[in-house]
Amino acid sequence: MDRIPILKLGNALLVTIQVDMHDRLATALQEDLTEKIVSARARGVLIDISALEIVDSFIGRMLDHIAAISRMLDAETVVVGMRPAVAITLVELGLSLSGVKTALNVERGMELIKRRLDETEVADGDDDE
Amino acid sequence: MTTRSHASLFATILSEHGPQILSAWSDRLKSTGALASGRLREAELQTQCRTVLELLSTAIAGGLDAASPNYGPLRDVLADVSRSRAVQGFTPSETATFVFSLKQPLFEAVSAAEAGDPSTVARAVQDITQLIDALGLYTIEVFQKSREETIIRQQREIAELSTPVVKLWDGILALPLIGTLDSQRTQVVMENLLESIVAQTAEIAIIDITGVPTVDTLTAQHLLKTVSAARLMGADCIISGIRPQIAQTMVHLGVELNVVSKATLADAFALALKRVGRTVVAVKARELPAG
Repeated sequence: MDRIPILKLGNALLVTIQVDMHDRLATALQEDLTEKIVSARARGVLIDISALEIVDSFIGRMLDHIAAISRMLDAETVVVGMRPAVAITLVELGLSLSGVKTALNVERGMELIKRRLDETEVADGDDDE
Repeated sequence: MTTRSHASLFATILSEHGPQILSAWSDRLKSTGALASGRLREAELQTQCRTVLELLSTAIAGGLDAASPNYGPLRDVLADVSRSRAVQGFTPSETATFVFSLKQPLFEAVSAAEAGDPSTVARAVQDITQLIDALGLYTIEVFQKSREETIIRQQREIAELSTPVVKLWDGILALPLIGTLDSQRTQVVMENLLESIVAQTAEIAIIDITGVPTVDTLTAQHLLKTVSAARLMGADCIISGIRPQIAQTMVHLGVELNVVSKATLADAFALALKRVGRTVVAVKARELPAG
């Protein structure tokens, strides 16, 4: 079965979805990602869906779940590059993905994750003092 | 008796009694109030009548079928008359009356010319009715079509006018909404905004609703959908220009916009600039530390 590759970039994970998502692939991605967050001790997850043209409620929920799971494992999820049509569809489906951070492109998403990490580090530092 | 000979009979009548028919026709038109509204001058009406009658007598010599090429010039003139009336704001029945009121003068002319032969008159009346009906229906069709064209053009213009997305600064877009927001328009507005966000890689979109006359629960829902969609793409939205009256109504309706909102577009723009790490300062204030 196909799997979506998960790349490690520093302490963030990068997932680029370039094929049409079907339900099994989505579930597999969710499992793989969970494992990888733990094994790589990742603090951020970047999901690039700029090539994704079709979404359904299952994929939408999957994104929400991934975000919730990573938050539980202390990693920030950022979904980047969502197409207008996809955004409209998700909103019409009633999935506003309120737990997910979003950014326009990978670059911006990476900045967002870096900023969050810096912030938490500063905050941790404050706690230590 | 063939239609051909009828046609020549009509042609003779039209050429011999042309002026009488013309004056009877224009009298009828005037008595039915064609000039009453003042949208049409008498001279103009006279010219239209004369042209139609002339072309009819030319065309009728070649047969009685209104769809045949003989009637081409006549149909063109009728189409022009019809279109100009649609623009001038005549009602469909006023436009139809223009053609249909030609029937009576023609009947009178035929019965006067063939007084001794009732069967010919009866056939002739039937033929005239068919011919004028066909021409009248054609006129109405053109009238309807030009009305529809006007409506479609206006709709397109409204749609174009109502959804401009303005770039205020690098990464800051503004969407000034004007008019009522219904589902269809929201769709267009949403698509336009999202496309522009992608095209300009905008981080912040300001939705200004100063020009929206009323906001009900449905409009609020549409707004929130747009905001959510923009957020999904990674852009933040600020809503500005909520008028005091509208704010009151919304609170009374129990509508809550869980979005950053500012009273004016200027405030929203200032906030947007701050978010992208810029600020507006007076020239002097900026020069002082340098000097």
